[in-house]
Amino acid sequence: MTESNERKIKLEVKDLTLIFGKRKKEALAMLEKGASKEAILKKTKCTVGINKASFEVYEGEVFVVMGLSGSGKSTLIRCLNRLNEPTAGQVFFKDHDITREGNKELLNTRRYEMSMVFQSFGLLPHKTILENAAFGLELRGEPKEEREKKAMTALETVGLKGYEEQYPSAMSGGMQQRVGLARALANDSEVLLMDEAFSALDPLIKSDMQDELLQIQSKLKKTIVFITHDLDEAIKLGDRIVIMKDGIIEQIGTAEEILTNPASEYVEAFTEKVDRKTIITAETLMFTKPLLLQLKKDGPMQAIRKMRTASLNVLPVEDENRLFMGYVWLQDVLKLADAKESHLDKALKTEVPSVYKDYTVEEMLPLISNHNYPLAVVDRDNGKLLGLVTQTSLIIEATRFGDEEVKELIEIANDI
Amino acid sequence: MDRIIDLGKYIEIGINALEKNFSFLWSAIDDSISWTVDQMNELLLSIPFVLFLGIVTFMAYYAKTGNKLFTREGVKKGIGLALFVVSGLFLIYAMGYWEEAIYTTTLVLVSTFIALILGIPFGILSARNKTADMIIRPILDFMQTMPAFVYLIPAIFFFSVGNTPGIIATVIFSLPPAVRLTSLGIKNVQSDVIEAGRAFGATENQILYKIQLPLAMPTILTGVNQVILLSLSMVVIASMVGAKGLGSIVYQGIQQNDIAKGFESGLGIVILAIILDRITQSIANKK
Repeated sequence: MTESNERKIKLEVKDLTLIFGKRKKEALAMLEKGASKEAILKKTKCTVGINKASFEVYEGEVFVVMGLSGSGKSTLIRCLNRLNEPTAGQVFFKDHDITREGNKELLNTRRYEMSMVFQSFGLLPHKTILENAAFGLELRGEPKEEREKKAMTALETVGLKGYEEQYPSAMSGGMQQRVGLARALANDSEVLLMDEAFSALDPLIKSDMQDELLQIQSKLKKTIVFITHDLDEAIKLGDRIVIMKDGIIEQIGTAEEILTNPASEYVEAFTEKVDRKTIITAETLMFTKPLLLQLKKDGPMQAIRKMRTASLNVLPVEDENRLFMGYVWLQDVLKLADAKESHLDKALKTEVPSVYKDYTVEEMLPLISNHNYPLAVVDRDNGKLLGLVTQTSLIIEATRFGDEEVKELIEIANDI
Repeated sequence: MDRIIDLGKYIEIGINALEKNFSFLWSAIDDSISWTVDQMNELLLSIPFVLFLGIVTFMAYYAKTGNKLFTREGVKKGIGLALFVVSGLFLIYAMGYWEEAIYTTTLVLVSTFIALILGIPFGILSARNKTADMIIRPILDFMQTMPAFVYLIPAIFFFSVGNTPGIIATVIFSLPPAVRLTSLGIKNVQSDVIEAGRAFGATENQILYKIQLPLAMPTILTGVNQVILLSLSMVVIASMVGAKGLGSIVYQGIQQNDIAKGFESGLGIVILAIILDRITQSIANKK
């Protein structure tokens, strides 16, 4: 993606490695030589938690790290604020390396730069909701009045106004996690680390919280590193997703990139159950540089020739400014040719749907139900034709049937 | 049988040396404890019985009911204990053992105070430091299993007879639960809360004072309760080295084979124990 290259990098992780065990140096040396995890475990009794993870997190994005339990994702996020001490590698943040910070700097990084939200909430049962939300500020040593004011604002943001004097034990899991989120927001740090923040919640509450997070994110534009084992959650929240397995990063990309172009069998197996209809967009499905007609330039005879050579009975038409106009059908063009017309105007059908490139399969499917021509994908800004999405490819994407099956289905449907 | 190792002898030599070389310390301890006990006895005895009864009854009632003081629910909860306190203390007074009961209370409170001042920091230390824990644990086992009478010997040796050796022996005997339960309470604080504190930049001290100690408080208070009860159970033994109070009446009862005296003073100790236990337990359970 070209636009992401211009975005500011907030966190840069380089060759981050974490080894559990006593003979770390030995294990690290073996790892450098390319020894397998099993071999290292056997020889040194050390477990490789994270194996040379490298990635960047851009400012203002939701960066999801996704993997099954034991994949090292929670360990990875704890390396960012050094709740787990990385064995090797660097974490660059604001032009310095967090892994080299002294005690005091690290304390300040945790207090001012990165706030964390936990799967198990981690609220203090002896403090009220307000005191819990203000806890990060209390640790910084902010005066009571000031921190409670900030905590109140944060509680309002997460929709917990009126609950300030309650205790966590009186609240449901979803509400407790809102407090956890408020505590992180109250600190007003630029980076949020969310470790399986919604994994302990009921599906409905979870979905609510995800929506809420997205809404808050659209306002506050934090840089969020979000850990999850749930691919649906990763896709819903993540601007980009990292898939981890056994401490190794398998793939980094947008949801669509990962679904359409899985880097390994593991990733592919992961993505199989995902509802692709809501993720795959027109941009992925369309074929670019389609055969087309220019309204001013091409006459009926030219159109017929083009259609015959491509054995198509419908072609898109654009004007001299390359704006998409509509379609012409072979039977209409033939009539024009019989009438010795020299322009395509009369055959042009402009009442046709067109889509932008970020339309999903789910959104496009209804548009093809009454027609049997491809969908035009036009540029949102200048109306130029970018490509065409064929019915076949849409149906393949929606049904995950094979190419032949779909063609057969379409034929049967057309016969009826 | 011939003795191969004369361990007792070495201990004796060591204790002798301690006594001689640190006599200023022992007399300072003796003076300050005796002074505290005397002052406290004087203070408590200067309060008229009826007022004292009122104060203790209110304390017990308040500990039980908290801020639901005069609601129907509160009365239901606290009335039993309040009645027990009134009738129990009145019985002690009526039997003529009020002064002794005060002495015993002072003995218990002073030894509990000292046991907590020593025990809680050691408990914190053993919860946070594995090496310290490994050293402290066997010492506690030793203190708890050694028959309590044995502590009387060095106590007399250092402090001769009176309240001080009684209190010292009582402290040694009742100290372990303060250490153990403090340590247990801190160790049982869920690691995720501590991790959350750490993630938000808490220093080790902040973790201790803002997270571990408050969350361990119910367990620590249970420890306080245990310390008080163990102290009470020591009053008879402490009276053997001259500590005044109900314990010494029991001791007299044993020596004179006086069933009436033994029963009355023993009952007095039980009443004190129940009152102190219920009050501290209610405080511990409230959190």
